[in-house]
Amino acid sequence: MRIRCPICGDRDLREFTYKGDAVALNRPGPEAAAQAWDDYLHLRRNPAGATRELWYHGGGCGAWIVVTRDTVTHEILGAVLAEEAEA
Amino acid sequence: MRIAGKGLIDRDTPVHFRFDGVAHQGFAGDTLASALLAQGVRLMGRSFKYHRPRGVLTAGSEEPNALVTVGQGAHADPNVRATVQEIYDGLEAHPQNAWPSLRYDLLSLNDLAAPFLSAGFYYKTFMWPRAFWEKLYEPVIRRAAGLGALSGQPDPDAYEKAYAFCDLLVIGAGPAGLMAALTAAEAGADVILCDEDTRSGGRLLAEDEEVDGQPGHAWAQALTDRLRAMPNVRVMRRTTVTGVYDQGTYGALERVGQHLPHRASLPRACFWRIVAKRAVLASGAIERPVAFPNNDRPGIMTAGAVRAYLNRWGVAPGRRVVVFGNNDDAHRTARDLVAAGVHVAALVDSRHEAQASDAYPVHAGAVLCNTQGRLGLESVTIRTAKGEERIAADTLAMSGGWNPSLHLTCHMNGRPVWRDDIAAFVPKPDMVPGLIPAGACHGAFSTHACLEEGRAAALRALSELGMTAKDVPLAEAEDAPVSLRPLWQVLGKGRAWLDFQNDVTAKDVALAAQENFCSVEHMKRYTTQGMAPDQGKNSNVAALAVLADATGRSIPETGTTTFRPPYTPVAIAAMGAGAEGKGFAPERKTTSHAATVERGAPMIEAGLWYRPSYFPDPGESHWRQSCDREVRMVRESVGICDVSTLGKIDVQGPDAGRFLDLVYTNMMSTVKPGRVRYGLMLREDGHVMDDGTAARLSEGQYLITTTTAAAGQVMAHLDFVAQGLRPDLDVRLASVTEQWAQFAVAGPQSRALLDGLLDAPLDPEAWPFMACGPVKVMGIAARLFRISFSGEHAYEIAVPARYGDSLFRLLVARAEALGGGPYGMEALNVLRIEKGFITHAEIHGRTTAFDIGMDRMVSAKKDCIGKVMADRPGLKGPEREQLVGLRPVGESKEMTAGAHLFEPGTEPVRVNAQGYVTSVGFSPTLGTMLALGFLRNGRARHGERVKLKDHLRQVETLCEVCDPVFFDPDGGRLRG
Repeated sequence: MRIRCPICGDRDLREFTYKGDAVALNRPGPEAAAQAWDDYLHLRRNPAGATRELWYHGGGCGAWIVVTRDTVTHEILGAVLAEEAEA
Repeated sequence: MRIAGKGLIDRDTPVHFRFDGVAHQGFAGDTLASALLAQGVRLMGRSFKYHRPRGVLTAGSEEPNALVTVGQGAHADPNVRATVQEIYDGLEAHPQNAWPSLRYDLLSLNDLAAPFLSAGFYYKTFMWPRAFWEKLYEPVIRRAAGLGALSGQPDPDAYEKAYAFCDLLVIGAGPAGLMAALTAAEAGADVILCDEDTRSGGRLLAEDEEVDGQPGHAWAQALTDRLRAMPNVRVMRRTTVTGVYDQGTYGALERVGQHLPHRASLPRACFWRIVAKRAVLASGAIERPVAFPNNDRPGIMTAGAVRAYLNRWGVAPGRRVVVFGNNDDAHRTARDLVAAGVHVAALVDSRHEAQASDAYPVHAGAVLCNTQGRLGLESVTIRTAKGEERIAADTLAMSGGWNPSLHLTCHMNGRPVWRDDIAAFVPKPDMVPGLIPAGACHGAFSTHACLEEGRAAALRALSELGMTAKDVPLAEAEDAPVSLRPLWQVLGKGRAWLDFQNDVTAKDVALAAQENFCSVEHMKRYTTQGMAPDQGKNSNVAALAVLADATGRSIPETGTTTFRPPYTPVAIAAMGAGAEGKGFAPERKTTSHAATVERGAPMIEAGLWYRPSYFPDPGESHWRQSCDREVRMVRESVGICDVSTLGKIDVQGPDAGRFLDLVYTNMMSTVKPGRVRYGLMLREDGHVMDDGTAARLSEGQYLITTTTAAAGQVMAHLDFVAQGLRPDLDVRLASVTEQWAQFAVAGPQSRALLDGLLDAPLDPEAWPFMACGPVKVMGIAARLFRISFSGEHAYEIAVPARYGDSLFRLLVARAEALGGGPYGMEALNVLRIEKGFITHAEIHGRTTAFDIGMDRMVSAKKDCIGKVMADRPGLKGPEREQLVGLRPVGESKEMTAGAHLFEPGTEPVRVNAQGYVTSVGFSPTLGTMLALGFLRNGRARHGERVKLKDHLRQVETLCEVCDPVFFDPDGGRLRG
C-alpha cells in the first residue's frame, strides 16, 4: 500500500505508522463531561466504507496525516496534513 | 522414451543428474519430469495419506503428484515440483513421503486401511483419551501423512527482494500475454512481462500448431526477442506472479539460482514487489482430470501434459496410450501421438457424437471406469453401451476440459461467474481494479481469440492511461470453437481421486455432504480438498461439481472457495529476504562504541542500541566485581558514562514553553533560560508515558530528553500534539539524538575533572544543581547540563557527534587520573536504584503519577495531556499499588525482579498478591540487596514486613518496606 503524503508525495506504507481514527484530533477541553472524555478516548466507529484515520510519516517528514480510506476496498480517497484538517 | 527430431531440447548438451539415488541423463531444456519420463521412470512419489504410488499428472506448476526434495541437509528444498525443476549437472532429487523406498513403501498399508481413513477421520477417530493428542496421535499422523520434511536448520542460502514499477504488467507470456505486451510496448508504455516458464509461448510450446505461418514456439520466440530489444520492456522469465495486493501491487517470485548448480553467492530466489498502473492477466488455463475409479496410477496424465511431453520435450510417455475425454482436445492428443509414431490403443470419448478416425479406434459414448497396475498403469477398463472391456495400456491421457487460471482475479475478494458453454468459471469484469484478464484465463480458448483478447486488453489499459496505441496487426492462428460436454465423475467400484495431492476422493466429498458439510467452504475444511500446495488448482472445480451433485444444487449455486495468495508456494526466506538478523534489527552504536569495545566491555542491547554492561578490570572474573567497583568509583571519585542513547528533542519557537506545558505534567514555561527541570509526561489515558529533563537553552529554545526506550514514541507523540492538537502554537520540533554525543561525568570529583578540561573553569555560583549552558572544550562549542541520574554531584556534557569518540577517550583518561573511570549499565542501574530513580521498569505503562509518588508534579494551574483521565476513580487512592523500596531482613537475602509480594502470614497465591518487584540490585554503598516495587497502599506501609515470593525461581525473602530513596534522601551530595 502507498499513501500520498501531502509533503513527500506517494510513499510506501512501511514509512508510516498508524494511530487510529481521526477523532483523536477532537480533544475535549479540561472541563468537558466524563462522557465526552470517555467517547474521545475509547469509542470508535468501525465502518464498512470510508473512514478518516491518522497516519504518522515517521520514516519520512514527520507529518501527521489524515487519510480517508475505504475499509472494504482499501482504496485511499484522500490525504491531508493533520494541521490543516478539519477537526 | 525420446522421439527423434521432436522437441525444443538441446540434444547436443547432455545433463547428468540423480533421482532416488540413481544416475540419469537428460538434455538441456528438460525438466526433472520430462527427463525421468524419457528414461521410462513413471513412479515419482507417494501420495499424502494413502501412500499410493504416483507419477507425474501435469507438465506445469500445478503438478500435485511429482513432488521431490532437491538438495541435501540445510540446503534441501522440499516439495519441489518435478515439472518445474529444470535439470542441471549434479542435480540430486529425492522422493518424499516414502519409507523405506519409493518402490516398497511400508506405509502404503494405509491404503488397505482406506475405509477407516475417509474424510474427517481425524475428528472421529483421535478423540480420546485427551492425553494422547500431543504425545501419540499427532506425531504418528504427522509421520504417516506428509509432504517433504524441513531440515530443521536455518536456511543458509541467499535470497533477494526487489521492487519494480511499470505502466503495464503482463502476467503470462502465452499468445495473449505476448500480444498485450507488444501492443503496449509499441505505444511507448513501460512494460514488464512475467512468465513462470523458462521461455515464452505458453501453450504454444506444447502444441503442434502454426502462428503466422511458422511453428507457434518460433513465433513466440521471435516476438519475445523483439520485445527484449525494446528499451521500455523488461521480460522476466522463471517469474511467477503469486499475489495481487492493494493499489496495483503484485508479488512475484523469480527463480534465480534454483535451476543452476549451487553457488553460495547466487540467490536462490528473488521476491519482487511490482507496482503497476495497469495489469493484463494472461495466465492461461489448467486442464482438469476426470474422477473415475483408480484414476491416480503412474502413467495417467492430463491430455495436455501428454502433448507437452511429446511436442516440447520429444518424450513419448508410453508405448500404448489410451486417450479419454469429453472434448475435442482428446482427439488432438490422439492425432499428435499417432503423427509421432506412438500407438494409440483407443480414444474413449464420453460424447455419443464423437467422430470416428482411421488412425485409431474411437469409442463414442464410452467412459473409463477402472484401471489396473501396481506401480504403474498396465491396463484400463472402459464401459460402453455393450458392456465393460479391458484394454492394455501403459499411458492414459485424460481431458475433462479446461479451467481458466483466474486465481489472481480473486485475491481481493472477487468471485468468478460460471459459464455453461465452456463449463468453467471465468472472472467477472474489474474484480481487481486495473487488472484486465485476457485469453484462456478469461475463457477464450482458441489461439486467435487469445491474440485478439491480449491486444484488446492492452488497448483498454493504454486508453485508461491516456496513451495512444499504434496499429498492431494480429497474427494468423487457429480459431477452433470449444466443443465439450461436462463430465465430472464416472461412478463405479473403487476410489475416484479428485485432489491427488491431499488424497481426497469423490466419495469423501459426497460423505462430507452427507454429514451436512454442504457449504463449499465447510466441505473444503472437512475433506482437506484444495488445501495442499497446489491449492486445488487441479481439483477445485471437479470437487464442487461433485458437491453440487451430492447436494442437488447447480455449480454456480454451490460457488467456489476463496483463492488466496500465493498462487504457487513462496519460500518465507524469499519474502523476508534482507530482513533476517541485522537486517531485521539494525545495530545502533554510540560514538564511544569503539573505545568501549577496546576496553573489553560486554555490550548489551537497549532497543537497537548497544551499550556497555560493565568495564572489566584486570583480575575481575565476575560482573558483580566490576559493577560494585564502578558504583564505589562514582560515589567516591568520578565515573564516565555514555548517555547519548537518550532521546534528545530540540523544541523551538515563541510558543515552545506553552507547548511543553501541555505535554508535561509540570510547568515548563516558567523554567528560566540556563536552567533544567525534571518532567513527567502522561498518555492521554492518565498513565505515565515517559520522564526526562527539559533544559531551556534560551528564551525560545528548549532541549528535552526522553528515555532511550521511548525516544521514538515520544517524538511521534509530540509531533501529534503539535500538528494535530495545537497547530495554532508557533513551535517546531526536531530529533537531535544522533547529532549530539553526550556523556555523564558523575561523582565528587566531577567538577575537578571538568575544570581541567573546559576552556574556562566552572564558577560554582553560576553552576548550581539543574543549571545548563554553553561551554567550550578545546575551542569546540559544547553544552553542559548539571543533572544527575546517580545522586552524585554530576554533569552531562554534549558535543557534536563527530567529537564523541575523542571526548569519551579524554574524559576516561582524566577520570582515571582522578581514581575514577568509565562505568556501564549495571552500575548505572545500581546507582539509580540506590536513589529510587525510576526507569521503564517502573513506568511500564500501567502506573500513574500517583503510583510513583509524583502526584504533586501534576500542576493544578494548567491542563496537560492525561490530566483529566488521571483523575478517574480507581487511579488514585489506597487501593493502588504504590512505589516503595524493599530491603531483605530475614535469612534469605535474595531478591528478583518479577517476584510478587505477600503479607508474611498468607499463602503466596494470586488472590493474596499485594504487589510486585520491578528492579533489584546489590548496593555496595549500603552493603545489601535493594529492590524497587509496587505495593498496595505502599506509602502508608513503610516499616512493615512483606514476603517476596518468586515462584519461577524458587525465591522467598522476608523484606522490610521503606522509602524508595535508600541513599542520601535529602540530596545533599547531588547539590553539593
